[in-house]
Amino acid sequence: MTAGFAPTDALSLRRDAGARPIEAAAPERLRHAGTSVRVDGIVKSYGGHGPAALEGVSLAIEPGELLALLGPSGSGKTTLLRVIAGLEIPDGGRVFFGSQDTTDIPVQRRGVGFVFQHYALFRHLTVFENIAYGLRSRPRAHRPKEDEIRRRVERLLELVQLPDLAKRYPGQLSGGQRQRVALARALAVEPSVLLLDEPFGALDAQVRKDLRRWLREIHRETGQTTIFVTHDQDEALELADRIAILNKGRIEQVGAPHEVQDHPASRFVMSFVGETARLPAEVVDGQVRVAGRTVIAAEAGWPQGPVDLCLRPWDLTIGQGPGTLPGTVREWRRTGRGTVAEILLDGAEAPVEVKVTEVYEPGDRVSLAVGAARAFPRG
Amino acid sequence: MSETTVPSVRGPAARGSGGAHAALTEPRPVRIALTFAAVAFLTLFLLLPFAVVFVEALSKGLGSYLDTFAEPDAQAAIRLTLLVAVIAVPLNVVFGLCASWAIAKFDFRGRNLLITLIDLPFSVSPVVAGLIYVLIFGAQGLFGPFLQRHGIEIIFAVPGIVLATMFVTFPFVARELIPLMQDQGTTDEEAALTLGASPWRVFRTVTLPNVRWALLYGVLLCNARAMGEFGAVSVVSGRIRGLTNTMPLHVEILYNEYNYVAAFGIASLLALLALVTLAGKTFLEWRHADALAGRGAH
Amino acid sequence: MSDAAALPAGRAAAPARFRRPSALPGFRLTFGITLTYLTLLVLLPLAVLLLRAASVGPAGLWALVTDDRNLAALKTSFGLSIAAAAIDAVFGLLIAWVLTRYRFPGRRIIDALVDLPFALPTAVAGIALASLYAPNGWIGEPLMALGIKVAYTPLGILVALVFVGLPFCVRTVQPLVAEIDRSSEEAAAILGASRFRALVTVILPPLIPAMLTGFALAFARAVGEYGSVIFVAGNLPYVSEIAPLLIVIKLEEFNYAGATAIAAVMLLMSFAALLAINLVQDFSRRRFGHV
Repeated sequence: MTAGFAPTDALSLRRDAGARPIEAAAPERLRHAGTSVRVDGIVKSYGGHGPAALEGVSLAIEPGELLALLGPSGSGKTTLLRVIAGLEIPDGGRVFFGSQDTTDIPVQRRGVGFVFQHYALFRHLTVFENIAYGLRSRPRAHRPKEDEIRRRVERLLELVQLPDLAKRYPGQLSGGQRQRVALARALAVEPSVLLLDEPFGALDAQVRKDLRRWLREIHRETGQTTIFVTHDQDEALELADRIAILNKGRIEQVGAPHEVQDHPASRFVMSFVGETARLPAEVVDGQVRVAGRTVIAAEAGWPQGPVDLCLRPWDLTIGQGPGTLPGTVREWRRTGRGTVAEILLDGAEAPVEVKVTEVYEPGDRVSLAVGAARAFPRG
Repeated sequence: MSETTVPSVRGPAARGSGGAHAALTEPRPVRIALTFAAVAFLTLFLLLPFAVVFVEALSKGLGSYLDTFAEPDAQAAIRLTLLVAVIAVPLNVVFGLCASWAIAKFDFRGRNLLITLIDLPFSVSPVVAGLIYVLIFGAQGLFGPFLQRHGIEIIFAVPGIVLATMFVTFPFVARELIPLMQDQGTTDEEAALTLGASPWRVFRTVTLPNVRWALLYGVLLCNARAMGEFGAVSVVSGRIRGLTNTMPLHVEILYNEYNYVAAFGIASLLALLALVTLAGKTFLEWRHADALAGRGAH
Repeated sequence: MSDAAALPAGRAAAPARFRRPSALPGFRLTFGITLTYLTLLVLLPLAVLLLRAASVGPAGLWALVTDDRNLAALKTSFGLSIAAAAIDAVFGLLIAWVLTRYRFPGRRIIDALVDLPFALPTAVAGIALASLYAPNGWIGEPLMALGIKVAYTPLGILVALVFVGLPFCVRTVQPLVAEIDRSSEEAAAILGASRFRALVTVILPPLIPAMLTGFALAFARAVGEYGSVIFVAGNLPYVSEIAPLLIVIKLEEFNYAGATAIAAVMLLMSFAALLAINLVQDFSRRRFGHV
């Protein structure tokens, strides 16, 4: 409760100054020390239906970090977020906030801020009452006075840029506005950790983009340890300090956006964070061979023997000579950003879209030069 | 029924101007005939019985109609009916809230069986509902000798009437709330919990407001049945005038005594109750349709 | 999208447990209250009735139930209930159709009126019907002139049972009429079907399960009905005496065994009706994707 909100004087001054950009409305004092979060060997299973299971997940989140839990549906990312919040009780493993083991602390006393996928705003309460709900829920001894609650709520409404909507009901707001109210409500209790479940999932593309940028700014201002769940790799890459990629209840890789993009730890991560073409290949004597022809040199640490060679479309160019991959043009078309050809590489299951400069007819044979590639054990 | 569900009947075809949509509705004479048949059937079977109650009650003038309610026995019957409703309805509200919370907010084995069992009293004859309590608490019943020894009266007394009423009105509140709360899921409650609210506060400030209209709807129906129940109550009451006579039972006694004005007089009060119930029900369905999800037939 | 959707089958074979753990409070308390209340008020009393019936033994029970007067009463109850439910099913469909598809003055009021039998106490309905259909009543008099006697005959019972069962049949069919996909009617019309043929071949079949459900509900209600019937039935043994009335008569004669036997038969019948309803709804869900 201490690190949280600015004392009254500064606030009233700012309010008098009228509407201001966020920078002015959120002084350095608002910054959180931030709490580290650690989960250790979380196991969660369900008989039959219910959320996805977790099969021994460990993860450490730094104080003040903005971390994305990225994965396809059914990967367990939402389950993990709910375990951290205390909304799901794990079958095994521990959850730590800082040095405190919170596994057995019920959700009411865990002090997390949780933004639900569909916001879960209380329909019968106004925006103001929604944001004040957490403060008014405190035991009498710790409950702020009503005018103090009013000040804090107004302060938060400014932070989320909705100062005039206090008296509205959630039903009268747009999707983006609801999202902001949900965030303000979660922040009002001064949580040690902020958790967001698919925060932009229910919004249309433009609002999504604006809110993404805005969430980044809020995070920068508050310094709050923040974890959000998403199935959208662009969202994770653009927003997060680090990304944890989940698949089938396990963590495949944790790393900064450029790490997971440039050095994916598994074929799953490779194909999940960007478009990928896949070819059966073989690593022999430090060379990668496709259909008996050497394509590129293997990098250190690549497996020997049969592999899947994974290629990003933007690493492929029309070329000639040794080390190129033969393929057939399926289709050629103009797009807003130039011309592309859809090319099925010999041996590949699905075609890949490559930028080209010339005109091609379906059926034309071409060769593609490989700029970079990754190899993973065949499976 | 909302207007929007059936837009085409309000289109040109419905007005009989023929054209492209003629194939999508019945010919005008058929429509008129069908409407007439439906309205005639409803008038014959529903409207006339309702109307005749008031006509009979007022057949000897307003004075003798009002005299009906000056009778001490009539007043005792009204008081007892209110008493029974005041006990049975709140108990079924508490039960309905508990049952719907446990069933809708949690996932456990045998949940569907529990829902079926809660609906059970609807498929039991009211007379059988009365009989089961006679078999337990009656003079020849399971606990009969024990109760007699201790001078406790249940059958042919108010407790028996309350029990039988509770049985027949048992499912009303629960069956309104369960489907609605299942629809609503648990996110709102979870949100309140993450904000630090105590269980009681979560229930009072989040769950209850979310179901208030459906709860009112259930209470309305539950109350109508509680005040109007005849079969179950007649078996356990013993019809002691002024003591164990509810309004419906008093109607029967007066009717059997050929005191038609008084019988229909008391009946008119019950018919008014039905009218109020229907009006309330219709209002809720019209005004708060979205807050009453998952309703079936009763 | 929640993660619930695409969980591979066969994985996550969790240990069998009674309840999925939840962060929500209050399960023990509310479940305990629910189960206790249900058991004390409903399950135990019904069990006592069935045990009491069983204690007479099958032969004794058979003798009690197959007594001539009992058989006559059960026949009256079941026969007239089937007839009443059938009438309700047909007119329920008609009323549901008219109320949903057509617009006419007073439609909303009539729509609300359909629920009257739910709201009107049965004793009130009983004396009202008796007064209407009595030989000197509003409807009884003209019918008497035609030589039809309704009140104090089995026909009177039928009228009362039609009254109590009607809302079940209207309210189960009505939502489905409202939801009928107009495009299937259009398709039928485009394919050249006459309106009548479209009705019979395209529109009616999906409504039949709902009509059957309504029929079963109306039947179950009618078999147990007491209050609205006894005033208009005349209650002549072997002619116009219904089974629930016989239970009351046996009770007044302190013939507990006799009352229990009839009650047990009726209870089992209504369980059978309940089961039938569930089967119809199951079938409908699989066949038409709705109830």
